[in-house]
Amino acid sequence: MTGRAPLPREVVAMRIARELEDGWYVNLGIGLPTLVANYLPPDKLVVIHSENGVLGVGPAPELGQEDPDLCNAGGQPVTLIPGGCLFGHAESFAIIRGRHLDVAVLGALQVSEGGDLANWMLPQRGVGSIGGGADIARGAKRVYVAMEHTTREGEPKILRQCSYPLTGRGVVNAIFTDLAVIRVSPQGLLLEEIAPGWTPEEVQARTEPRLMVSPALREIRL
Amino acid sequence: MPGKPVFSDPAQATADIPAGATIMVGGFTGRGVPVALLRALRDRGVGGLTIVTNDLSGGWSPWEDAALLVEAGLVRKVIASFPIPGSASTPTAFERLHREGKIELELLPQGTLVERIRAAGAGIGGFYTPTGVGTPFAEGKEVRVIDGQEYLFELPLPADFALIRAHRADVLGNLVYRRAARNFNPTMATAARVTIVQVEEALPAGALDPEAVVTPGIYVQRLVLVGGAA
Repeated sequence: MTGRAPLPREVVAMRIARELEDGWYVNLGIGLPTLVANYLPPDKLVVIHSENGVLGVGPAPELGQEDPDLCNAGGQPVTLIPGGCLFGHAESFAIIRGRHLDVAVLGALQVSEGGDLANWMLPQRGVGSIGGGADIARGAKRVYVAMEHTTREGEPKILRQCSYPLTGRGVVNAIFTDLAVIRVSPQGLLLEEIAPGWTPEEVQARTEPRLMVSPALREIRL
Repeated sequence: MPGKPVFSDPAQATADIPAGATIMVGGFTGRGVPVALLRALRDRGVGGLTIVTNDLSGGWSPWEDAALLVEAGLVRKVIASFPIPGSASTPTAFERLHREGKIELELLPQGTLVERIRAAGAGIGGFYTPTGVGTPFAEGKEVRVIDGQEYLFELPLPADFALIRAHRADVLGNLVYRRAARNFNPTMATAARVTIVQVEEALPAGALDPEAVVTPGIYVQRLVLVGGAA
Protein backbone atom coordinates (compact mmCIF):
# COMPACT_ATOMS: atom_id res chain seq x y z
CA MET A 1 0.00 0.00 0.00
CA THR A 2 1.31 3.50 -0.80
CA GLY A 3 1.25 6.55 1.46
CA ARG A 4 1.67 4.51 4.63
CA ALA A 5 4.24 6.79 6.24
CA PRO A 6 2.97 8.97 9.10
CA LEU A 7 2.55 12.62 8.11
CA PRO A 8 5.60 14.87 8.47
CA ARG A 9 5.51 17.37 11.35
CA GLU A 10 5.14 20.22 8.86
CA VAL A 11 1.92 18.72 7.51
CA VAL A 12 0.49 18.35 11.02
CA ALA A 13 1.35 22.04 11.58
CA MET A 14 -0.31 23.01 8.28
CA ARG A 15 -3.44 21.07 9.21
CA ILE A 16 -3.69 22.89 12.55
CA ALA A 17 -3.10 26.26 10.87
CA ARG A 18 -6.25 25.61 8.81
CA GLU A 19 -8.29 25.61 12.05
CA LEU A 20 -7.33 29.17 12.91
CA GLU A 21 -10.03 31.75 12.35
CA ASP A 22 -9.84 35.41 11.49
CA GLY A 23 -9.25 37.54 14.58
CA TRP A 24 -7.98 34.73 16.78
CA TYR A 25 -5.27 35.16 19.40
CA VAL A 26 -3.13 32.05 19.55
CA ASN A 27 -0.45 30.65 21.87
CA LEU A 28 1.95 28.08 20.44
CA GLY A 29 3.92 25.69 22.64
CA ILE A 30 7.53 24.67 22.14
CA GLY A 31 8.43 22.16 19.39
CA LEU A 32 5.88 20.98 16.79
CA PRO A 33 3.31 23.65 17.83
CA THR A 34 5.80 26.44 17.03
CA LEU A 35 5.82 25.25 13.39
CA VAL A 36 2.17 26.34 13.06
CA ALA A 37 3.43 29.94 12.88
CA ASN A 38 5.01 29.15 9.49
CA TYR A 39 1.63 28.33 7.91
CA LEU A 40 -0.74 31.04 9.15
CA PRO A 41 -3.58 31.75 6.72
CA PRO A 42 -2.46 34.90 4.86
CA ASP A 43 -6.01 36.18 4.38
CA LYS A 44 -6.77 36.18 8.11
CA LEU A 45 -5.59 38.20 11.09
CA VAL A 46 -4.14 35.66 13.52
CA VAL A 47 -2.11 37.16 16.38
CA ILE A 48 0.44 35.03 18.17
CA HIS A 49 0.88 35.46 21.91
CA SER A 50 4.02 34.40 23.72
CA GLU A 51 3.86 34.05 27.49
CA ASN A 52 7.01 36.14 28.01
CA GLY A 53 5.05 39.27 27.23
CA VAL A 54 4.71 39.45 23.45
CA LEU A 55 1.46 39.86 21.51
CA GLY A 56 2.11 39.83 17.77
CA VAL A 57 5.05 37.48 17.37
CA GLY A 58 6.39 37.74 13.81
CA PRO A 59 8.58 35.46 11.73
CA ALA A 60 12.06 34.42 12.85
CA PRO A 61 14.61 37.18 12.19
CA GLU A 62 17.26 36.94 9.48
CA LEU A 63 20.57 35.64 10.71
CA GLY A 64 22.49 38.54 12.26
CA GLN A 65 19.29 40.61 12.65
CA GLU A 66 18.27 39.10 16.01
CA ASP A 67 17.28 41.50 18.78
CA PRO A 68 18.91 40.06 21.93
CA ASP A 69 15.96 41.23 24.06
CA LEU A 70 13.19 39.80 21.86
CA CYS A 71 12.45 36.09 22.06
CA ASN A 72 9.61 33.58 22.33
CA ALA A 73 8.81 31.36 25.31
CA GLY A 74 11.45 28.87 24.18
CA GLY A 75 14.10 31.61 24.22
CA GLN A 76 14.45 31.68 20.43
CA PRO A 77 14.86 35.09 18.76
CA VAL A 78 11.66 36.36 17.13
CA THR A 79 10.42 39.54 15.48
CA LEU A 80 7.41 41.71 16.27
CA ILE A 81 4.69 42.29 13.68
CA PRO A 82 3.69 45.90 12.97
CA GLY A 83 1.23 46.62 15.77
CA GLY A 84 2.71 44.00 18.05
CA CYS A 85 2.99 44.99 21.71
CA LEU A 86 5.01 44.13 24.80
CA PHE A 87 4.17 43.70 28.47
CA GLY A 88 5.30 41.87 31.58
CA HIS A 89 4.49 38.43 32.93
CA ALA A 90 1.68 39.56 35.23
CA GLU A 91 -0.23 40.99 32.26
CA SER A 92 0.68 38.04 30.06
CA PHE A 93 -0.77 35.51 32.48
CA ALA A 94 -3.84 37.65 33.09
CA ILE A 95 -4.40 37.27 29.33
CA ILE A 96 -3.91 33.51 29.66
CA ARG A 97 -5.84 32.83 32.86
CA GLY A 98 -8.57 35.30 31.96
CA ARG A 99 -9.59 33.14 28.99
CA HIS A 100 -8.67 35.73 26.37
CA LEU A 101 -6.70 33.35 24.14
CA ASP A 102 -8.84 31.72 21.46
CA VAL A 103 -6.65 28.67 21.17
CA ALA A 104 -3.44 27.19 22.52
CA VAL A 105 -1.56 24.56 20.52
CA LEU A 106 0.47 22.39 22.88
CA GLY A 107 2.71 19.36 22.65
CA ALA A 108 1.91 16.31 24.76
CA LEU A 109 3.50 13.24 26.29
CA GLN A 110 0.06 11.73 26.98
CA VAL A 111 -3.59 12.68 26.42
CA SER A 112 -6.52 10.86 28.00
CA GLU A 113 -9.93 10.15 26.50
CA GLY A 114 -11.37 12.65 28.97
CA GLY A 115 -9.10 15.40 27.64
CA ASP A 116 -6.48 15.28 30.41
CA LEU A 117 -3.10 16.57 29.28
CA ALA A 118 0.33 15.42 30.55
CA ASN A 119 3.23 17.26 28.94
CA TRP A 120 5.73 18.43 31.55
CA MET A 121 7.40 15.55 33.33
CA LEU A 122 8.73 12.07 32.75
CA PRO A 123 8.27 10.40 36.15
CA GLN A 124 11.55 8.50 35.88
CA ARG A 125 13.47 11.82 35.80
CA GLY A 126 12.09 12.81 39.20
CA VAL A 127 11.93 16.52 38.44
CA GLY A 128 10.39 18.57 35.65
CA SER A 129 9.69 22.08 34.41
CA ILE A 130 6.06 23.19 34.15
CA GLY A 131 6.71 26.68 32.75
CA GLY A 132 3.47 28.28 31.56
CA GLY A 133 1.88 24.99 30.48
CA ALA A 134 -0.57 24.55 33.36
CA ASP A 135 -1.85 28.12 33.06
CA ILE A 136 -2.21 27.93 29.27
CA ALA A 137 -3.86 24.50 29.28
CA ARG A 138 -6.44 25.71 31.77
CA GLY A 139 -6.84 29.26 30.50
CA ALA A 140 -7.14 29.07 26.72
CA LYS A 141 -10.67 28.86 25.31
CA ARG A 142 -9.59 25.84 23.23
CA VAL A 143 -6.61 23.51 23.59
CA TYR A 144 -5.33 21.64 20.55
CA VAL A 145 -2.67 19.00 21.05
CA ALA A 146 -0.06 18.55 18.32
CA MET A 147 2.02 15.40 18.64
CA GLU A 148 3.18 12.12 17.14
CA HIS A 149 0.44 9.51 17.54
CA THR A 150 2.68 7.07 19.44
CA THR A 151 5.97 7.14 21.34
CA ARG A 152 9.22 6.33 19.53
CA GLU A 153 8.78 2.79 20.84
CA GLY A 154 5.31 2.62 19.24
CA GLU A 155 3.36 2.82 22.52
CA PRO A 156 0.07 4.75 22.46
CA LYS A 157 0.16 8.33 23.77
CA ILE A 158 -3.64 8.58 23.68
CA LEU A 159 -4.71 6.64 26.77
CA ARG A 160 -7.75 5.88 28.93
CA GLN A 161 -5.96 7.58 31.82
CA CYS A 162 -2.66 9.46 31.78
CA SER A 163 0.01 7.81 33.92
CA TYR A 164 2.30 10.86 33.91
CA PRO A 165 1.69 13.92 36.14
CA LEU A 166 -1.02 16.12 34.63
CA THR A 167 -0.67 19.62 33.21
CA GLY A 168 -4.44 20.07 33.14
CA ARG A 169 -7.53 17.95 33.75
CA GLY A 170 -10.18 17.76 31.02
CA VAL A 171 -8.68 20.62 29.02
CA VAL A 172 -7.99 19.17 25.53
CA ASN A 173 -10.52 19.82 22.75
CA ALA A 174 -8.81 18.17 19.80
CA ILE A 175 -5.75 16.05 19.01
CA PHE A 176 -3.79 16.49 15.77
CA THR A 177 -1.29 13.70 15.19
CA ASP A 178 0.75 12.35 12.29
CA LEU A 179 -2.04 9.78 11.74
CA ALA A 180 -5.33 11.43 12.64
CA VAL A 181 -7.48 14.32 13.79
CA ILE A 182 -9.48 13.34 16.87
CA ARG A 183 -12.04 15.50 18.69
CA VAL A 184 -12.55 15.10 22.42
CA SER A 185 -16.29 15.00 23.09
CA PRO A 186 -18.37 14.29 26.19
CA GLN A 187 -19.21 10.89 24.62
CA GLY A 188 -15.56 10.04 24.00
CA LEU A 189 -12.95 10.40 21.27
CA LEU A 190 -14.25 11.01 17.76
CA LEU A 191 -12.02 10.05 14.83
CA GLU A 192 -12.76 12.69 12.18
CA GLU A 193 -9.81 12.64 9.82
CA ILE A 194 -7.18 10.10 8.95
CA ALA A 195 -3.80 10.21 7.18
CA PRO A 196 -3.89 9.09 3.53
CA GLY A 197 -3.43 5.32 3.21
CA TRP A 198 -4.36 4.51 6.83
CA THR A 199 -7.51 2.74 8.03
CA PRO A 200 -9.52 3.48 11.19
CA GLU A 201 -8.58 -0.01 12.45
CA GLU A 202 -4.87 0.80 12.16
CA VAL A 203 -5.31 4.10 14.02
CA GLN A 204 -7.40 2.31 16.67
CA ALA A 205 -4.63 -0.26 17.12
CA ARG A 206 -2.26 2.59 18.08
CA THR A 207 -4.78 4.23 20.43
CA GLU A 208 -5.70 2.79 23.85
CA PRO A 209 -9.29 4.02 24.37
CA ARG A 210 -12.04 3.13 21.93
CA LEU A 211 -12.42 5.61 19.07
CA MET A 212 -15.81 6.51 17.67
CA VAL A 213 -15.50 6.84 13.92
CA SER A 214 -17.25 9.89 12.53
CA PRO A 215 -19.83 9.13 9.84
CA ALA A 216 -18.15 11.96 7.93
CA LEU A 217 -14.66 10.46 8.29
CA ARG A 218 -12.33 11.88 5.64
CA GLU A 219 -8.66 12.03 4.70
CA ILE A 220 -6.54 14.77 6.22
CA ARG A 221 -6.36 17.43 3.51
CA LEU A 222 -4.55 20.74 3.38
CA MET B 1 19.90 66.62 42.73
CA PRO B 2 18.28 64.35 45.31
CA GLY B 3 17.13 60.94 44.16
CA LYS B 4 17.66 57.23 44.65
CA PRO B 5 21.24 56.14 45.38
CA VAL B 6 23.05 55.36 42.13
CA PHE B 7 25.91 52.87 42.44
CA SER B 8 28.56 52.08 39.90
CA ASP B 9 29.88 49.10 41.88
CA PRO B 10 27.46 46.10 41.96
CA ALA B 11 29.34 44.69 45.00
CA GLN B 12 28.70 47.86 46.99
CA ALA B 13 25.05 47.95 45.96
CA THR B 14 24.49 44.38 47.21
CA ALA B 15 26.86 44.44 50.21
CA ASP B 16 24.08 44.22 52.82
CA ILE B 17 22.41 41.08 51.42
CA PRO B 18 22.92 38.54 54.21
CA ALA B 19 23.31 34.77 54.12
CA GLY B 20 19.93 33.03 54.22
CA ALA B 21 18.11 35.86 52.45
CA THR B 22 15.16 35.31 50.11
CA ILE B 23 16.02 36.97 46.81
CA MET B 24 13.94 37.48 43.69
CA VAL B 25 15.90 37.48 40.44
CA GLY B 26 14.28 38.91 37.31
CA GLY B 27 14.69 37.52 33.81
CA PHE B 28 13.32 34.95 31.36
CA THR B 29 15.50 32.70 29.19
CA GLY B 30 18.42 35.01 29.92
CA ARG B 31 16.70 38.23 28.90
CA GLY B 32 16.41 40.95 31.53
CA VAL B 33 18.64 39.15 34.04
CA PRO B 34 20.66 41.39 36.41
CA VAL B 35 23.83 39.48 35.66
CA ALA B 36 26.26 42.00 37.21
CA LEU B 37 24.38 41.90 40.54
CA LEU B 38 24.36 38.09 40.53
CA ARG B 39 28.09 37.94 39.84
CA ALA B 40 28.77 40.33 42.72
CA LEU B 41 26.71 38.19 45.06
CA ARG B 42 28.47 35.03 43.89
CA ASP B 43 31.91 36.59 44.31
CA ARG B 44 31.06 37.53 47.91
CA GLY B 45 30.01 33.93 48.55
CA VAL B 46 26.78 34.66 50.42
CA GLY B 47 25.19 31.27 51.12
CA GLY B 48 21.95 29.63 52.25
CA LEU B 49 19.91 31.68 49.80
CA THR B 50 16.32 31.12 48.71
CA ILE B 51 16.05 32.16 45.07
CA VAL B 52 12.75 33.10 43.46
CA THR B 53 13.19 33.16 39.69
CA ASN B 54 11.38 31.85 36.64
CA ASP B 55 14.04 29.69 35.06
CA LEU B 56 17.56 28.42 35.50
CA SER B 57 19.93 27.79 32.62
CA GLY B 58 23.18 26.16 33.59
CA GLY B 59 25.37 25.23 30.68
CA TRP B 60 22.66 24.54 28.10
CA SER B 61 22.21 28.13 26.95
CA PRO B 62 24.66 30.99 26.33
CA TRP B 63 22.75 33.15 28.81
CA GLU B 64 23.73 33.70 32.45
CA ASP B 65 21.14 33.72 35.22
CA ALA B 66 20.64 32.70 38.85
CA ALA B 67 22.06 29.27 37.97
CA LEU B 68 25.47 30.84 38.63
CA LEU B 69 24.54 31.10 42.33
CA VAL B 70 23.39 27.46 42.30
CA GLU B 71 26.65 26.36 40.64
CA ALA B 72 28.61 28.19 43.36
CA GLY B 73 26.75 26.19 46.04
CA LEU B 74 25.11 29.28 47.55
CA VAL B 75 21.45 28.28 47.18
CA ARG B 76 19.38 26.32 49.69
CA LYS B 77 16.02 26.53 47.91
CA VAL B 78 14.69 27.47 44.47
CA ILE B 79 11.15 28.65 43.76
CA ALA B 80 10.69 28.57 39.97
CA SER B 81 8.56 27.35 37.06
CA PHE B 82 11.36 26.15 34.76
CA PRO B 83 14.30 24.93 36.89
CA ILE B 84 15.65 22.36 34.43
CA PRO B 85 15.96 22.16 30.64
CA GLY B 86 13.62 19.91 28.67
CA SER B 87 16.43 17.55 27.74
CA ALA B 88 18.03 15.40 30.41
CA SER B 89 21.13 14.76 28.28
CA THR B 90 23.36 17.16 30.25
CA PRO B 91 22.10 17.43 33.84
CA THR B 92 22.63 20.91 35.27
CA ALA B 93 24.16 21.71 38.66
CA PHE B 94 20.63 22.32 39.92
CA GLU B 95 19.33 18.94 38.78
CA ARG B 96 22.31 17.12 40.29
CA LEU B 97 22.10 18.96 43.63
CA HIS B 98 18.34 18.50 43.77
CA ARG B 99 18.68 14.76 43.15
CA GLU B 100 21.28 14.58 45.93
CA GLY B 101 18.84 16.30 48.28
CA LYS B 102 21.12 19.31 48.68
CA ILE B 103 18.75 21.87 47.21
CA GLU B 104 15.01 22.21 47.74
CA LEU B 105 12.57 23.02 44.92
CA GLU B 106 9.15 24.62 45.02
CA LEU B 107 7.86 24.19 41.47
CA LEU B 108 5.05 26.56 40.49
CA PRO B 109 3.12 27.17 37.29
CA GLN B 110 4.53 30.34 35.72
CA GLY B 111 1.31 32.34 36.05
CA THR B 112 0.89 31.27 39.67
CA LEU B 113 4.50 32.28 40.38
CA VAL B 114 4.11 35.78 38.96
CA GLU B 115 0.67 36.28 40.52
CA ARG B 116 1.92 35.23 43.98
CA ILE B 117 4.68 37.82 43.59
CA ARG B 118 2.16 40.39 42.37
CA ALA B 119 -0.10 39.64 45.35
CA ALA B 120 2.79 40.20 47.77
CA GLY B 121 3.56 43.56 46.19
CA ALA B 122 -0.06 44.64 45.97
CA GLY B 123 -1.05 43.81 49.56
CA ILE B 124 -3.33 40.94 48.52
CA GLY B 125 -3.54 38.14 51.08
CA GLY B 126 -3.86 35.38 48.49
CA PHE B 127 -5.98 34.50 45.48
CA TYR B 128 -7.94 31.68 43.85
CA THR B 129 -6.66 30.45 40.49
CA PRO B 130 -8.03 27.75 38.17
CA THR B 131 -4.47 26.84 37.15
CA GLY B 132 -3.38 23.43 38.40
CA VAL B 133 -6.78 22.04 39.44
CA GLY B 134 -6.62 18.24 39.24
CA THR B 135 -2.82 18.20 38.85
CA PRO B 136 0.13 17.74 41.23
CA PHE B 137 0.15 21.54 41.68
CA ALA B 138 -3.06 21.24 43.68
CA GLU B 139 -1.49 19.07 46.37
CA GLY B 140 -1.99 20.51 49.85
CA LYS B 141 -3.93 23.50 48.55
CA GLU B 142 -7.45 24.60 49.45
CA VAL B 143 -9.95 23.99 46.64
CA ARG B 144 -12.93 26.29 46.37
CA VAL B 145 -15.81 26.17 43.91
CA ILE B 146 -16.73 29.63 42.64
CA ASP B 147 -19.60 29.94 40.18
CA GLY B 148 -19.37 26.22 39.40
CA GLN B 149 -15.65 26.16 38.71
CA GLU B 150 -12.85 24.81 40.91
CA TYR B 151 -10.03 27.09 42.02
CA LEU B 152 -6.89 26.65 44.13
CA PHE B 153 -5.94 29.06 46.89
CA GLU B 154 -2.45 30.52 46.53
CA LEU B 155 -0.58 32.68 49.02
CA PRO B 156 1.45 35.83 48.34
CA LEU B 157 5.19 35.38 47.82
CA PRO B 158 7.35 38.23 49.17
CA ALA B 159 11.15 38.52 49.34
CA ASP B 160 13.85 40.35 51.26
CA PHE B 161 15.56 41.61 48.12
CA ALA B 162 14.64 41.86 44.44
CA LEU B 163 17.50 41.98 41.97
CA ILE B 164 16.06 43.20 38.69
CA ARG B 165 17.17 44.69 35.42
CA ALA B 166 15.71 47.57 33.46
CA HIS B 167 16.77 49.40 30.32
CA ARG B 168 16.68 52.98 31.57
CA ALA B 169 15.93 54.68 34.85
CA ASP B 170 15.63 58.24 35.99
CA VAL B 171 17.12 59.30 39.31
CA LEU B 172 13.71 58.99 40.99
CA GLY B 173 13.85 55.28 40.21
CA ASN B 174 11.22 55.28 37.46
CA LEU B 175 11.99 52.43 35.07
CA VAL B 176 11.41 51.44 31.47
CA TYR B 177 12.28 48.08 29.97
CA ARG B 178 13.22 46.84 26.52
CA ARG B 179 11.27 44.27 24.48
CA ALA B 180 10.83 40.91 26.22
CA ALA B 181 13.48 41.79 28.81
CA ARG B 182 10.61 43.14 30.91
CA ASN B 183 9.14 39.74 31.93
CA PHE B 184 9.17 39.29 35.77
CA ASN B 185 11.13 42.48 36.52
CA PRO B 186 8.33 45.01 37.14
CA THR B 187 6.36 42.55 39.29
CA MET B 188 9.37 41.58 41.39
CA ALA B 189 10.18 45.28 41.89
CA THR B 190 6.98 45.59 43.94
CA ALA B 191 7.38 42.57 46.19
CA ALA B 192 10.69 42.91 48.04
CA ARG B 193 11.74 44.97 51.02
CA VAL B 194 14.70 46.27 48.98
CA THR B 195 14.65 46.45 45.17
CA ILE B 196 18.02 46.86 43.47
CA VAL B 197 17.98 47.63 39.74
CA GLN B 198 20.73 47.04 37.22
CA VAL B 199 20.31 49.71 34.51
CA GLU B 200 22.23 50.93 31.53
CA GLU B 201 21.35 54.60 32.03
CA ALA B 202 20.20 56.76 34.95
CA LEU B 203 18.71 59.91 33.47
CA PRO B 204 17.81 63.20 35.12
CA ALA B 205 14.31 63.56 36.54
CA GLY B 206 11.89 64.45 33.78
CA ALA B 207 13.85 62.68 31.05
CA LEU B 208 11.43 59.73 30.85
CA ASP B 209 7.97 60.18 29.35
CA PRO B 210 5.75 59.92 32.45
CA GLU B 211 3.10 58.08 30.38
CA ALA B 212 5.67 55.45 29.37
CA VAL B 213 7.06 54.65 32.83
CA VAL B 214 6.45 50.95 33.57
CA THR B 215 7.77 50.73 37.13
CA PRO B 216 7.03 53.80 39.27
CA GLY B 217 10.05 54.87 41.31
CA ILE B 218 8.29 54.27 44.63
CA TYR B 219 9.17 50.56 44.30
CA VAL B 220 12.89 51.15 43.75
CA GLN B 221 15.54 51.59 46.46
CA ARG B 222 18.85 51.46 44.55
CA LEU B 223 20.09 51.88 41.00
CA VAL B 224 23.28 50.26 39.73
CA LEU B 225 24.78 51.58 36.51
CA VAL B 226 26.23 48.79 34.41
CA GLY B 227 27.32 49.07 30.76
CA GLY B 228 25.23 47.25 28.15
CA ALA B 229 27.07 43.93 27.99
CA ALA B 230 26.92 42.38 31.49
